Order: sequence, then structure tokens, then C-alpha cells
Amino acid sequence: MSTVAVRVRGRGGAGLGLVAWLVGLLFFLPIAWMALTSFHSEADAAANPPSFTAALTLDGYRDFFGVSGGASPWPALINSVTASVASTLFVLLLAFPAAYALSIRRVRKWTDVLFFFLSTKMLPVVAGLLPVYLFAKNAGMLDNIWLLVILYTSMNLPIAVWMMQSFLAEVPVAVIEAAQIDGARLPTILARVVAPIALPGIAATALICFIFSWNELLFARVLTGVVAETAPVFLTGFITSQGLFLAKVCAASLVVSLPVLAAGFAAQDKLVQGLSLGAVK
Amino acid sequence: MTVTTSARVAAATARPAARPSNRMRAWATRAPLLPALVFMIVVTQLPFVATLVISFFDWNALYPKDRHFTGVDNYRQVVTDPDLRHSVWTTILLTVTVVLVSLVLGLAVALLLNRSFRGRGVVRTLMIAPFLVVPVAAALLWKHVLYNPEYGLFNGLLHYVGGPQPDWISHTPLLAVEASLVWQWTPFMMLILLAGLQSRDHEQIEAARVDGASDWQVFRHLTLPHLRRYLELGALLGSIYIVQNFDAVFTITSGGLGTANLPYTVYQSFYQAHENGLASAAGVLVVIGSIVIATFALRVVSSLFREEVSRA
Repeated sequence: MSTVAVRVRGRGGAGLGLVAWLVGLLFFLPIAWMALTSFHSEADAAANPPSFTAALTLDGYRDFFGVSGGASPWPALINSVTASVASTLFVLLLAFPAAYALSIRRVRKWTDVLFFFLSTKMLPVVAGLLPVYLFAKNAGMLDNIWLLVILYTSMNLPIAVWMMQSFLAEVPVAVIEAAQIDGARLPTILARVVAPIALPGIAATALICFIFSWNELLFARVLTGVVAETAPVFLTGFITSQGLFLAKVCAASLVVSLPVLAAGFAAQDKLVQGLSLGAVK
Repeated sequence: MTVTTSARVAAATARPAARPSNRMRAWATRAPLLPALVFMIVVTQLPFVATLVISFFDWNALYPKDRHFTGVDNYRQVVTDPDLRHSVWTTILLTVTVVLVSLVLGLAVALLLNRSFRGRGVVRTLMIAPFLVVPVAAALLWKHVLYNPEYGLFNGLLHYVGGPQPDWISHTPLLAVEASLVWQWTPFMMLILLAGLQSRDHEQIEAARVDGASDWQVFRHLTLPHLRRYLELGALLGSIYIVQNFDAVFTITSGGLGTANLPYTVYQSFYQAHENGLASAAGVLVVIGSIVIATFALRVVSSLFREEVSRA
């Protein structure tokens, strides 16, 4: 690629670089505007034509966090953290041994098993929504954050199995055999030999699972109420306009998106692999 | 599809071995896999079977005593109901438009980013950002901050040039939803296609250039054929996610103004109208639609996967 780029740079290269910058900025503009608006007063935020130089204030954030009354977002944010972190941990616990059996000590027909996991990812959420709802209602698990933890675990497990098996397949077999000859048992091998080598991949897998759980709305909307509502459900409270509330909406959207932006940028290099279920490296 | 696959997998993994010691060893190999496999079958396959069963019942949750078997009546109703038929059409339109537009834009951006220029890493990061905004937050951003006819950014910018002040969501509701989704999904397509571009055979390209091939010829005869499977993969994965889209439709238009897609309709028919049987039948139809897409998707993933395996 570098040779190709060098060749072109002489002619339209600089111009195309400029175009790339413009396109990137254009795509980022809504986010930049959201960030700027979140620091404006409500009156300035609603100005038309928009004011780019209005005074900055933290009122939008104070409003969102309920300092001046209104519902506090903290319970919803804490629920989201619980659901995302707990489900990610469960996913890793289930996916790591499974990926081991699909990459290092392979079961028979391991590709069939892999594709079974993938096919469950292609089953739309709405396909099982109603039975899950009826089950939760009868079992008294509606509005319970642990129900979401179970569902998010199932939502992310196929992605994690695929990603991890592709990372584990990179662990040299000789290293594992050496450990076996030294008399190490399976749990020891997994924890002491395989995990350290596959650690960057495992971290990226965890971040991607975290993002998908944090973003999820449909299950959370249907299965939670007052107690277990997550941050995206809290955000749906902003769907209908409430007078001048732009700065507050922007502050809310930004605060709720910050963990995803952070996790996404941290996992940037492995993002494609996770999103394409391991098909693209 | 998934049900039959799981049965096949169970049969494959449960094949008895010849000698007890072999059997023991086979189970020891399988053991790490079983928790994940059993968990997935219980949590994803059983509910779908239940949906399938419920779809054959006339069952309104408000009148639980009237529940009875009706055969394919729900399906007949789903297929003949004008609202539901419209939502099928909306789902197709929404999915195809968003996938195609973001694929083309994603390809253009990927080509721009696949060359070295000052600040390439920064531009890549800027480009990824829209995909990393929580979907509900992104939809709120478009609905209130960009589209709002009185104080939205679009009309604010139009104001500077003395342009009209349209009410974007009321005038073009489906387009409004599509534009916000294209903004979020172009980065996704860009990432997959960029990975595709970077896996090209550079020696081959260099050889073609030495032989006097133009930029366009290289793109047309080398890059595009190589990218074909990445384009397919992007299109299919994008379709799987966007066919299921709920967040944007729910947030921007609340399913009004003719933008209700199937997931939203399923949600509405059991969550608000309590029509369990009808909702299940619609859900099964979404699944059938997804299976059609998924079959192609699995084939593409499988061909990429086998290439990886044979390369390793």
C-alpha cells in the first residue's frame, strides 16, 4: 500500500488527503455539535440560527444529573454497568473454555459447532421476545437486572466464541504440549499458558461484548420497569420534547455514550474482527 | 434453521466411541464446550420454539380465557393486514436503502483512508465515532438536535443561506430514519472494507502498475474482485443488524408516519395491543426473512473462514 500511496502522492495525493479530512470531519460534526450544545444554556442551545460562540455552562449536565430536581440517572447508569459488566464476565467464563475446545483441543465437527453459535446470532431478538417476557412474568423476574444479564450473555456469547477461537488458534501447540508433559492439568494450562498469550484478544472481546450490552434497548425496554431500567431506557424518556431541553438531551446522550466511545477506541484495532464475528482479521 | 443445526451438532458431539477409554477422552475434550453450548440452546432455541407454538394460537393477553388453537389464522391475518403488510415493505425498504447507501459511502471512505496522508489515524478515529454513539442517543441527537424544525442544526445552517425551513421528520419520515442509520453504519462498512483493502496482494498490484495499468484498471480488475466477498460480508452482516432495528424507529418516529418496521410492529402488537398470537406469527415471519439472509451470510463467512483455516 505504501508504494501505491507514494506513487499517487505526487499528483492528486494531497488533494485526496484533504477530501478524507473533510469527510471525517463531516461525519464527526454531529458529535462535535452535540458536545458543544451540551455546554450551552438552554436558551443558547435553541437559538436559530445556531450560535457557535455562546457562553459555556454546565447547566445541561446539572439538569441531567437531577441536581435541580427530576429523576436522577444514577440508578439507570448503575444498572447498565451491572448488566454490561456481569454479562461480559459470564460471557468470558463460558466462551473461553468453549473456544479452547474449538481451537486448541478440537472436538469432532468443530466447524459445525462454530457455525451453530453463529447461526444463533442471526436469530432476531423479536423471535424470542414474547416467550421470554411471559416466562419472566410468571417467574416473577420482570424488572430484574439479572434477567438482562442472562439475555445479554446469550446475545454476546456467539461473538465471543468466534473471536476467542480465532485468537486461541494463534497459540502455538508446542507450548501447550510442553506444559502437558510437565504434568499441568487443564485449568492450569488455560490460566497459566493459554490466557497470557491470548490476553490482548480476550480484552478486545470483552470490550466489544460490553459495548453491545450497554447499547441494548429492546429487551431492556420490554423487561424492565422502574427498578432495573438501564441507561438506554432512561434515554427514551427524552423522546417527546419537553420545552427547552436540548442542552440536557445532549449532555445525557454524551454521558451515556462515553463508556462506549472509550471502549470502542480502546478496542479499535480488533473492532472489525469482533463486528464481523471473526470473519475479517 | 438453528433448531435443526443444534440437533445435528448434538448428534455429532454425542456419537458413541468404540472403547470406554476413547469415550472418556472424547467427553474430556467436549467438556469445556458443553456449558456454552447448553446455555445457548436453552436461552435462544427454546424461546423460539415457544414463539412457534404460540403463533398457532388465538391469544390476547387481556382475555386469557379465550385462548385457543387457530392453525395458520394468525399468519393469514399478518399477511392480509394492510398495516402489517406495510411494515413488511417498510422493513425491506429500510434495510435495503441503509445497507446499500452505507456500503457505497463506506467503500468511498475506505478508499480515501487506504492511502497515506497526514493525520490518517485521526481521520479514522473521527470516522469510527458515529458507530460508537449509543443507538438511542444517536437517534435522539438526530431527532432533536439536527432535525428539529425550529432549533435543529440543519435548519439553523439553512437559515444562514436563506434556505427553506422544512419539518424533516414529518415530510420525509422514513428518509429521516434512514439518514441517521446510514450515519451510524457507514463506519461499520468502512472498517470491513478497509480490512479488505489492506489484505490485497500488493505485489500483484505493483506488477500490474509496472505493466502500465491505470488507477481505474487496477481498481476495476484487481481491487473490486478482491473486495467482492468483503462487500458481501458487509452487506449481509449489515442486513442482519438493520432488519432487526428497533432503536431508531422507536426513538425518531415512534413507529408513526408509516415507518413501523416488523420488529417495532411485533413489539407493539404484544406490548401495547397484547395480541400474543399475532405478535408471534409476525416474529416467525421476521425469522424466516432473517434465515434467507442468514443462509447467504453463513455461506460468505464460511468461505472466508475456510480460506483463513487453509492459510494457517
